[in-house]
Amino acid sequence: MATHQRGRLPSGAQLSAPGVRRRGVLAAAGALAATGTVPARAQTPTIRLGVLTDMSGTYRDPTGPGSVACTQQAAAEMASRGLSVEVLQADHQNKPDVGANIARQWYDQGVDAVVDVPTSSVALAINGIAREKNKVFLNSGAATSDLTGPACSPNTVHFTYDTYMLAKSTGAALAKAGGDTWFFVTADYAFGHALQRDTARFVEAAGGKVLGAARYPFPATTDFSAFLVQAQSSRAKVLGLANAGTDTATCIKQAREFGLTRNMRIAGLLMSFMEVHSLGLPTAQGLLMTEPFYWDLNDRTRAFSERVRPRMPGQAMPAQVQAGCYGVAMHYLKAVADMGVAAAKADGRAAVARMKAMPTDDDAFGQGRIREDGRKIHPSYLFEVKAPGESRGQWDYLKVVATTPAEEAFRPMAEGGCPLVRS
Amino acid sequence: MSDTAITAGALPAPKAENAVAWGFSRAQFGALAAMIVFLAVAPFVLYPVFIMKLLCFALFALAFNLLIGYVGLLSFGHAAYFGMGGYIAGYSAKALGLSPELAILGGGIVAGLLGAVFGWIAIRRQGIYFAMITLALAQMVYFFCVQAPFTGGEDGIQAIPRGNLLGVVPLDRDMNMYWLVAGIFLGSFLLIHRIVHSPFGQVLKAIRENEPRTTSLGYKTDDYKLVAFILSSALAGVAGATKSLVFGIATLTDVHWSMSGEVVLMTLVGGLGTTFGPVIGAAVIVTMQNYLAELGAWVTVIQGVIFVACVLAFRRGIIGELGNLLKVKL
Repeated sequence: MATHQRGRLPSGAQLSAPGVRRRGVLAAAGALAATGTVPARAQTPTIRLGVLTDMSGTYRDPTGPGSVACTQQAAAEMASRGLSVEVLQADHQNKPDVGANIARQWYDQGVDAVVDVPTSSVALAINGIAREKNKVFLNSGAATSDLTGPACSPNTVHFTYDTYMLAKSTGAALAKAGGDTWFFVTADYAFGHALQRDTARFVEAAGGKVLGAARYPFPATTDFSAFLVQAQSSRAKVLGLANAGTDTATCIKQAREFGLTRNMRIAGLLMSFMEVHSLGLPTAQGLLMTEPFYWDLNDRTRAFSERVRPRMPGQAMPAQVQAGCYGVAMHYLKAVADMGVAAAKADGRAAVARMKAMPTDDDAFGQGRIREDGRKIHPSYLFEVKAPGESRGQWDYLKVVATTPAEEAFRPMAEGGCPLVRS
Repeated sequence: MSDTAITAGALPAPKAENAVAWGFSRAQFGALAAMIVFLAVAPFVLYPVFIMKLLCFALFALAFNLLIGYVGLLSFGHAAYFGMGGYIAGYSAKALGLSPELAILGGGIVAGLLGAVFGWIAIRRQGIYFAMITLALAQMVYFFCVQAPFTGGEDGIQAIPRGNLLGVVPLDRDMNMYWLVAGIFLGSFLLIHRIVHSPFGQVLKAIRENEPRTTSLGYKTDDYKLVAFILSSALAGVAGATKSLVFGIATLTDVHWSMSGEVVLMTLVGGLGTTFGPVIGAAVIVTMQNYLAELGAWVTVIQGVIFVACVLAFRRGIIGELGNLLKVKL
């Protein structure tokens, strides 16, 4: 890890931020005194990346410590090219006010870019703070497409995925591949509605039909049997789960218990490789889901994954959001190296503009680019979870069913309503 | 309540032994002075946004303490007023473009109106039933906030502008915002103290001690309880509104029932029915959440342990026990 020993940090900067772990220097006594507002000015310009993620809640596995590990990997690779980089980490507990508090404090005390930030509400909050303070926000973990739509900002890059991409790949690609009649089980709140609406639009555009939808009260529904039976009697070919996290996992388990999977395919509209890992192949087999990254896609992704594994918790393979942290941190640091550390630290907007001007190229996502609205584009893949018999190893879970090319995978800029594009 | 005779002699005034001024005893006066010094010095030593957060929660706990500490009503749904105040302030500052002072006032007023309706329903019952009714009503507010279009559902209201105070002072600067928050906090603190030490407050305490007897003395206790409920919810709304301006966001976290639980914890840890207890309780809990955030899920475990320890070992809370030790009322 690129922690540089000599850039002595003014005590306040790091320790004060909640949840910050800095190797070996967490003096308990310092903790309270350390809230000092002394601006962090190291002797040599060091780039500070703050990984703000979910270290304790629902999204810990697909983001969390793995995101930190991947960012450290990027920092280490760039450090070998002579850049001095420090990686900090904190837990936003999926609460926007906690996240905003940490990010504000970080930015005020010398952090140049906040990385990752799963949970859309937290991401949107930090999007505003980065803009206000003219710093950089490198988002990998949040799903909301508003980050590059109405809320787009010249200080933000949205790297890995968004709801539009998920809906398009899962809806359109699956409908074309024969899954042309759908039934949705939807969490009854804005996010669930949006996911269902967007996916339904692509299903219908591809010639498919939506036979029905069941909305369940969110949060606090744990028994989905009524909705699953309704789905079963609709005789649709695909069951679309317009929800996230534990709700999705519960639906999948209960659907299997009901024998739904005998004549229906289940498509998780917001699922990740890590959820497959925790559900296990016997339960998850046959499931369909979309991701832009999988460790076993090609030689470069395999090489990257093997490189980062020693840093990962439990030597796990990186998931999409984690790989996204690597990709976005690499690209940011390349832009920093290109424009000069001092200039990049002084002006977050300029650093992001440089990121947009340079084509991206990293092992996890290959070649690509960042659009004017802050959207990074790359292909998206529709995956099917392998049956236990097909799997050749511990992490061998997915196979590609369909690919959406980069230029089609994300929402066209003109439709997003991003003010940066019009100007 | 207007028809009720509130005469100075109806209930014994607090022992005037050591009241220095404005109903503060000498010890309380000292503590108040210490608090004011802290407020003046803190932003130069500690991170101002953190202090602002702390003050917002302290005000929330003070508002809650007005009900439980002085009327003996355990409202288990105070997050509804706190969160709704935040949403209203956020919406009026962002979508309607109101100035910050109007946004905060609006948040307080709407929370007060909400409190009037909920209080009117809830005060008809005592004890656990009262707590359950307030919880149920607060849960309705939560689900309303999940669905209502103006709250932004899961994403909340984002990027709320702090604006200019009275059109002149830019609040974007943390220090300006800090002085406003400190002012609101101190003003509300003194207001609550005044309420508690007014003849009206005497009646509230009488209700807490023995409601049937207070009724028999000719007071319409329901009216008093309702007014106290409205005051408490309006102040909670002001706290929530201020918090949403400080952070620029209003989200579901603030209307969630766990927030209602947190304010109970703050008040208990600090000391029920004490003047300074809720402030200290809020400071302890907020600081813990901030500095122990690293421990993740352990924070809630530690909070639970502290709660149990408080209830078992020092039931008067930190300030209550301290006051007992020093033989003064704090």
